[in-house]
Amino acid sequence: MIYFWAFVIGGLICALVELIYIHFPRLTPGHLLVGLTVTGAVLNGFGWYDALIKFAGAGALIPVSGFGASITRGVLQETQKLGWEGLFTGTLEFVGLGIAAGVLFATLAALVSVPKG
Amino acid sequence: MAVQRLGQYTVQLSRPPRITAAFTLMGPREGAGPLGSYFDGIVDDYMWGETSAEKAERKYLEQAARRALQAAGLTEHDVDCFIAGDLLNQIVSSTFSARSLGIPYLGVFAACATSALALGLAAMLVDGGFARRVLVATASHYQAVERQYRYPIELNIQRGATNQYTATGGAAAVVAPPEEGAGPRITRITFGRVVDWGVTNANDMGSAMAPAACDTLMRHFQDTNTTPGDYDLILTGDLAKVGSKVFRALVDRAGVTLGGKHMDGGASMYTPEQWSGAGASGSVCSMAVILGYVYKEMARGRFRRVLVLPTGCLHSPTTWQQGDSCPGISHALVLEND
Amino acid sequence: MDRDQTAIQGAKDYQRLVQQLTPKPNAALLAARAFVVGGTICLVGQFVFDWFRFRQPTEGEAIAATLACMILFGVVLTALGVYDDLGQLGGMGAAVPITGFANAMTSAAMDFRREGFVLGMAAKMFIIAGPVIVFGILAGTLTGLVAWLAGGR
Repeated sequence: MIYFWAFVIGGLICALVELIYIHFPRLTPGHLLVGLTVTGAVLNGFGWYDALIKFAGAGALIPVSGFGASITRGVLQETQKLGWEGLFTGTLEFVGLGIAAGVLFATLAALVSVPKG
Repeated sequence: MAVQRLGQYTVQLSRPPRITAAFTLMGPREGAGPLGSYFDGIVDDYMWGETSAEKAERKYLEQAARRALQAAGLTEHDVDCFIAGDLLNQIVSSTFSARSLGIPYLGVFAACATSALALGLAAMLVDGGFARRVLVATASHYQAVERQYRYPIELNIQRGATNQYTATGGAAAVVAPPEEGAGPRITRITFGRVVDWGVTNANDMGSAMAPAACDTLMRHFQDTNTTPGDYDLILTGDLAKVGSKVFRALVDRAGVTLGGKHMDGGASMYTPEQWSGAGASGSVCSMAVILGYVYKEMARGRFRRVLVLPTGCLHSPTTWQQGDSCPGISHALVLEND
Repeated sequence: MDRDQTAIQGAKDYQRLVQQLTPKPNAALLAARAFVVGGTICLVGQFVFDWFRFRQPTEGEAIAATLACMILFGVVLTALGVYDDLGQLGGMGAAVPITGFANAMTSAAMDFRREGFVLGMAAKMFIIAGPVIVFGILAGTLTGLVAWLAGGR
């Protein structure tokens, strides 16, 4: 069942953003991705997005809203442990890995591949 | 000295110079398109063995220029002036080609309307006696232009029906006095005004340029006292499918009937299977259609008198990001057989 | 000529004309394509997640491994030159998942490598992915601050 919801919720998030993209030609994909990330981050202030991840698994985790939610989750956890320092140490707690992996793999790709098109 | 002008905007050349030689050198995608058989050379490799798109664009421009000289039976020393333009910042492809050609160089920019600007200036220089012969060239390259104006090549961007695809290639011509050989003559030139009707969508350049094309066309008709019936073909450049539709609607509103005379270079460059967007753009696009399709069909006698109307979209990524709309420009040339 | 009132009125008229003549994108079809492509990527992510869940000590580590794995997929597809086609097919369905984030970094890195590793590849790697990180951190920190203050500290 989790596979069904992963597909449906993940697909719905993408379809929704696609509709916004079609409707507002002035918005670039960059604007939309930022908007979705911020949405995920804010929703997780109430723990709502983590609830969605429980429900839909990768369907909520894989979209960039999951990236934003992970930042908030890290901040909340660290502030509970450390107090105000957590506002700074918590940000990259769960997403640092994604950024580091991205930098590493992207560098390797740039070494071995050239744009086609 | 007699004023060689008609009306307010149009230049009337007294001894109209000819395009005595032309060479179009296009990329594989353009070569496989509907106009492929009109191009003089097709390069199978986009990058043409170069390590960057910018170097490749430069090579397209320089090679087209050299082969146009060859086709005219001339060397670099026989031309007095090299007029060229492209889409890259600081028109580097033209500049770097001029560096190796060693001909006195005038760099010009009118985005995709550079073709008509360069040819028009060349004709005026030759007619005025300021140059015996002029070499003219433009080029563009999909990857180089895409990454300057838009996004990295491999980014997951979805392009819609109004998007245009930058054509890859270089095209060049020799403009010389009428007694030197055959070829169509450039008889009248109408340089256009910059027209901006507030299109802010940089993915819809056709609609941004259509008002400029209409403006220049109407001024040309008014100055020269001609109608579409006086021309065998009216060729706009790079308006592509959507822009052409808008252009025809604007011309219609102005009370002029184009009939079946109108053709657009950008809309004719690719088959629908090759590119599902609006069509082609890029400073080589209109130049290649003029020097490939129009030039050859005029030599065959299919067209006697053609009005070419290349259009350019003059925005930069910076002005667009700062919220400015996209200004358009269009320059008109009349090409005539004897 | 200054953009006086008639010019502004003309611009508005023109927008209407352009809107009439521009082909309307088929929103339902495009959204359906985004749904299928995005959904499929998430489904693959779920399989990867389940695979790691039995091999990693905690759920948090399984999530981390899944994300790294999906990023690798995105990078490989970009290097092979197929992720831009996936973008043309699925639109936001290809851009929104973390694979699209990886694609944004990789495509920029590949493109700008010719301007050198320092000023090209490294400097431009985050031209598209950067704003997501910046705004993600801003929103996450502010949300965390509000939640922390509301939590009575």
